[in-house]
Amino acid sequence: MADPQRLERLSEAEAKPVRRFGKWRVGASLLRLLSPLAILVLWQLASLTGVLTPHILASPLDIAKTGARLVASGELVTGLGVSFLRVLAGFAIALVVGIALALAAGLSRVGDILVDPPIQMLKAMPFLGLLPLFILWYGIGEAPKIGMVAFGSVFPIYLTLHGGIRGVDRKLIEAGRTLGLNTFGIIRHVVIPGALPSLLVGVRYGLSIAWLSLVVAEQINASSGIGSIITYARDFLQTDVIVVCLIVYALMGLLTDALVRLIEAHTLRWRSW
Amino acid sequence: MSALVDIQGLSRSFGRSPVLDRIDLRIEAGEFVALLGRSGSGKSTLLRVLAGLDEADAGRVTLPKRRSIVFQEPRLMPWKSVAANIALGVPNARASGAVALALDDVELSHRSEAWPLTLSGGEAQRAALARALVREPELLLLDEPFASLDALTRLRMQGLVRELWRKHQPAVLLVTHDVWEAVTLADRILVLEDGRFRREVHVALNHPRRRTDPHAAALEAELLAELGVEQADHHQHHNPHSERIEP
Ligand SMILES: Nc1ncnc2c1ncn2[C@@H]1O[C@H](COP(=O)(O)OP(=O)(O)OP(=O)(O)O)[C@@H](O)[C@H]1O
Ligand SMILES: [Mg+2]
Repeated sequence: MADPQRLERLSEAEAKPVRRFGKWRVGASLLRLLSPLAILVLWQLASLTGVLTPHILASPLDIAKTGARLVASGELVTGLGVSFLRVLAGFAIALVVGIALALAAGLSRVGDILVDPPIQMLKAMPFLGLLPLFILWYGIGEAPKIGMVAFGSVFPIYLTLHGGIRGVDRKLIEAGRTLGLNTFGIIRHVVIPGALPSLLVGVRYGLSIAWLSLVVAEQINASSGIGSIITYARDFLQTDVIVVCLIVYALMGLLTDALVRLIEAHTLRWRSW
Repeated sequence: MSALVDIQGLSRSFGRSPVLDRIDLRIEAGEFVALLGRSGSGKSTLLRVLAGLDEADAGRVTLPKRRSIVFQEPRLMPWKSVAANIALGVPNARASGAVALALDDVELSHRSEAWPLTLSGGEAQRAALARALVREPELLLLDEPFASLDALTRLRMQGLVRELWRKHQPAVLLVTHDVWEAVTLADRILVLEDGRFRREVHVALNHPRRRTDPHAAALEAELLAELGVEQADHHQHHNPHSERIEP
């Protein structure tokens, strides 16, 4: 956005309001921190005065301490590693399957007729409700958890890429043909890059669903991973541990999202200059 | 000698009425032909057949193998740099320096690594022209390539096209709405109407052609009248090089 050359070309008079606007924005975002901080303070006060007992919800300070303890003991890191691998495996499956199906449906009429209807039907299913079936099919090992992650996140990937392929400018495809590109060349140089922005939206959305699926799947049965830490903490009424784990889930969601944004910023640099 | 482009009895229709109705067209190697006609008269339809984008319904079509087309819009792949766009579909074009030469031809070397979305309209159209020329076409098809440019840029582009035509010697078929553009650039002007060529004019005027030249001005007025545009100071000149084609 802030092109230094363009800013340079602005005269002093024109540049000033921009800077003032920038300062105002920093001030505003600081202001926006005010109410969350106030809530934290009230929460801490409620815990200190005994209004909020630790069995309902631990105090912010206790949660912070517990977080530090779990990190130091390595418990959290180990659990996080396991959970992260589940998301990675499930999401990788969703990515491969979703992209393959979207290419099949997006690039050929026959593929569209064969592939799209069943996916549209499956999409209507509340996929979290499928967990009991997954457990029946796969038992309680890694398979149902990875399967849930894959199943949940395959739809956004398929749907966005399918739409993206459909939306590729026909004029560019024609231009590719007049340049002598064959079908494979058209797919590689025109269709895939043209559909990439849509796919990346789907990847981001799919990742958030992947973490959500994992949270649900790990609640039901887990002997390792963050889910098992939560289950254990629930049995011993450790609300502080539960909150720490939820924060970790949230952070992981944010982190993977930021990663995709980074990839987005690099691969789509042609549209922001 | 057989012509570079030899079309006999070409027809193409959408629905009931034919857009192109048994058209004959010959273009010699290196010839510059302009195609005029009212909106919807089928000019783009003809060019798309020549570019190989559409099939003719009927007719015999002989075309050279190396053909390029430039459309009204540049149609650059926005995710490829200017140089990568020009290299598209031409193996080894970057390595062999052909891309650099093409960029130099259209005076765009300084923008070779730019993203197409950052180009001005004229720059983008020049990049499209370079992308067409790098394929060393025997037949260059231009479908109103300057229509969306401002008047000054259009003049520069016309000069550039003429210069590059002389340098590379492709046969050119230029579709345009701008009658004066046809008069200044073309060896031969065709007017398409109701699916047939209604008019064929051999333009035997010296270059550069100026509006102050009465012959050129008269030809322009005549063609405008042919296209149904009445001019206020319209004098009927007879042009000896122009012939009516009876349907
Ligand atoms: N794919 C298509 N399907 C149906 N009709 C079409 C199609 N392409 C063109 N036509 C019709 O054929 C006729 C000729 O179209 P064409 O685009 O060749 O005109 P043109 O001479 O290039 O016009 P313009 O100067 O406005 O570009 C028009 O009536 C148009 O509506
Ligand atoms: Mg047209």
